[in-house]
Amino acid sequence: MTTLHSSKKFLPPPSERSTALGWVIKNLLNTWYNALLTIVTLGIIFVVLRSSLIWAFSAARWEVIPANLRLFLVGQYPSQIPGENDQVWRLWLDLYILAGIIGLSWGVWVRRRETVAGVLLGFPILIALLPFSLSVRALLVGLSVAGLIFWWLGKRWARRLQRVTISLWIAYFPVAVLFIRGFGAEEAAFMPNVPTRFWGGLLLSVLLAIVGIAVSFPIGVALAVGRQSSLPIVRSFSVLYIELIRGVPLISLLFMGQIMLPLFLPQGANPDRIIRAMVVIVMFAAAYLAENVRGGLQAIPKGQYEAAYALGLNGFQTMVFIVLPQALRTVIPVLVGQFITLFKDTSLVAIVGLLDLLGIARSVIANPKFIGTQREVFLFISLFYFVLSYALSYTSRRLEAALGVGER
Amino acid sequence: MSVHNAEQPTIPFWRDERYLNIFAQILAFVLVFGALYILWSNMNRSLEAIGLPLSLKFLKLTASFDIGESLIKYTREDTYLRAYLVGILNTIQVSVLGIIFATILGIIIGVSRLSTNWILNRLATGYIELFRNIPLLVFLIFWYQGIFLKFPDVRNAIAIGHIYLSKRGVAFPWGIPTETFRAYLYILAVGLVIAIIVGIILYRQGQKTGRMPMFTLWALLTWIGIGILGWFILPQAPLSWTLPQLPEKGFNITGGKVFSPEFMGLLSGLVLYTAAFIGEVVRAGIQAVSKGQVEAARALGLTGFEALRLVVFPQALRVIIPPLTSQYLNLTKNSSLAIAIGYPDIVHVYGTIINQSGRAVEMTAIMMATYLTFSLLTSAFMNWYNKRIQLVER
Repeated sequence: MTTLHSSKKFLPPPSERSTALGWVIKNLLNTWYNALLTIVTLGIIFVVLRSSLIWAFSAARWEVIPANLRLFLVGQYPSQIPGENDQVWRLWLDLYILAGIIGLSWGVWVRRRETVAGVLLGFPILIALLPFSLSVRALLVGLSVAGLIFWWLGKRWARRLQRVTISLWIAYFPVAVLFIRGFGAEEAAFMPNVPTRFWGGLLLSVLLAIVGIAVSFPIGVALAVGRQSSLPIVRSFSVLYIELIRGVPLISLLFMGQIMLPLFLPQGANPDRIIRAMVVIVMFAAAYLAENVRGGLQAIPKGQYEAAYALGLNGFQTMVFIVLPQALRTVIPVLVGQFITLFKDTSLVAIVGLLDLLGIARSVIANPKFIGTQREVFLFISLFYFVLSYALSYTSRRLEAALGVGER
Repeated sequence: MSVHNAEQPTIPFWRDERYLNIFAQILAFVLVFGALYILWSNMNRSLEAIGLPLSLKFLKLTASFDIGESLIKYTREDTYLRAYLVGILNTIQVSVLGIIFATILGIIIGVSRLSTNWILNRLATGYIELFRNIPLLVFLIFWYQGIFLKFPDVRNAIAIGHIYLSKRGVAFPWGIPTETFRAYLYILAVGLVIAIIVGIILYRQGQKTGRMPMFTLWALLTWIGIGILGWFILPQAPLSWTLPQLPEKGFNITGGKVFSPEFMGLLSGLVLYTAAFIGEVVRAGIQAVSKGQVEAARALGLTGFEALRLVVFPQALRVIIPPLTSQYLNLTKNSSLAIAIGYPDIVHVYGTIINQSGRAVEMTAIMMATYLTFSLLTSAFMNWYNKRIQLVER
């Protein structure tokens, strides 16, 4: 820099790009305390990584994972029904329809953003890296292909398919649950009933989260509107419910559901354990969802209400046609976040004895054949939770940016 | 409807919003209380059927179960009430310690996240992402069963200085009060009074001269100084240190203080997990202070540290306090996961009492009331603090 003043010729502006050494000096060693921090941090990373890698490659008994992979994913889903052939194809059907709808929606609405689409569609291929059998891997890769085909279709006839896609989404979840549950009796030839006690593993975790968020959505919106209401009785009920639920830990509510729910119902009514857990999760999620929606409601400027009144709408119409559509639009990102939190929270049902992903993990460890494999098993299911939550939050963050959701 | 409005067409009452509002309220009232009444009568009928009508008298009965660790004296001859109290104290213990350590670690992580040091920055980001995306319960069980229970047995304990890690828990050197301990407490109390007086004098002086000294720091230093002085003036040190000794035979560490693996696993797990969330809160708070504030402070001649202390920090604190409160509440509520690793907190004791006495409804009501009290107390305190530091707007 000093030469600039002394020399007659103008030098070219200093290059923005720096060498590797320059980068290291700028980002790691620019002051003495930063250099010290770098050394200390590197030391910590080295010690931790070294011991974990030594463990992972020498002491760890990873064979517990492939031996129980199916249990982790679907629990005892179909195999325990006596004399019944494999019913897992019903889950595959659900997954294929889901992949198709996701591909379709991407083609219809998002269009660009190929990198994010790539992440989404590459996800099944990533899962296929797990030690599955060859046929399962082929089916997983097939998921990506199906998504790709429907993405292309969606892009091709974007206009015409918009309505269809929306109705597909709405119809999907009831139909998917119906496929999992099956029609009619347990002995039926086609899609026999699979009792909920056979639902387990990741399947149960995901189902609990989806049912939780979907059913609690209308309740939560009603509670949020009730909390903002000018009617004192409605408002105080809503506040009481929300604060009561938010003030106590989920695990205490789950215990309450398992122990006390049968007491509250008429004699003879005895819902099974999964339904009890679902009721509690819905009650719990509704209170938190209500607070999130309230945030959206408060963000609506007063002018919107006044304009609606000026146009002659009454309180109910104002809420339904003017305020809620705008409020719900702004809270979509928060709701995705809540879904992720709920997905993680469903792991608590393991404490009350359900066999979700964590419950299965605990039962695998209890198996005398795999005694002492706590680290392997818990690392594996942590990885599963991590990848799913991270992929979901990454996709939703990118989608928000692409669609401008949450901005007004 | 009214006389002087006769010319205007009156709205029929079923479309008049005032009547509709009243009607909606009555409807809500009837619906909610109707539902509650049905549930209540169902419950009473079921309780009659199993022969346990609602009553709190069972709390006076003998608990006849053991609790692994307790802050107060407890034996199996004590009552259920006392057993529950043990649970409450255990929850308070782990929550308070957890909040303190999680705040310290969280601030370190939040500041690291803003560091210009690339590796430190990445490490903090990775840490936060890791803990935000795995369930606390999975982490806690992994941490307890995969780490704390895999420590070597007592005779081969891992030694870090005088701290020993083993299957039996973590043993620390610990102070035992001697005869002069009571006298030392008096010295500390007097020291505190002197320190407050010093602080007030400095504050007054600062107001008079316009140059505010760091009165809190000086007061604190005074107190610490008196504390150190008192320690050595007394004829005998108020605490005598005992170091943990590994056993020659048998399984018990003698001397020092041993914390059970359940307690240490729960505490450290909660701290590690909550620190990630507090780190994000701290980062967001610091970033919320606009850069112009620092530049303006520097332009006024404040040094970098002064700008941080007098300009950035007070403003960041305002943004940080509300989300920090909810993190503290979360930590307290999350401590209920202790049941998965066998630390006798409220929910754990609650479960045992229900198993022994069958009093599910009463115990659930008591437990919910306990947690609600915690929540209300914490948020009341934090709201009071928040109000104190809020911007006074004109």
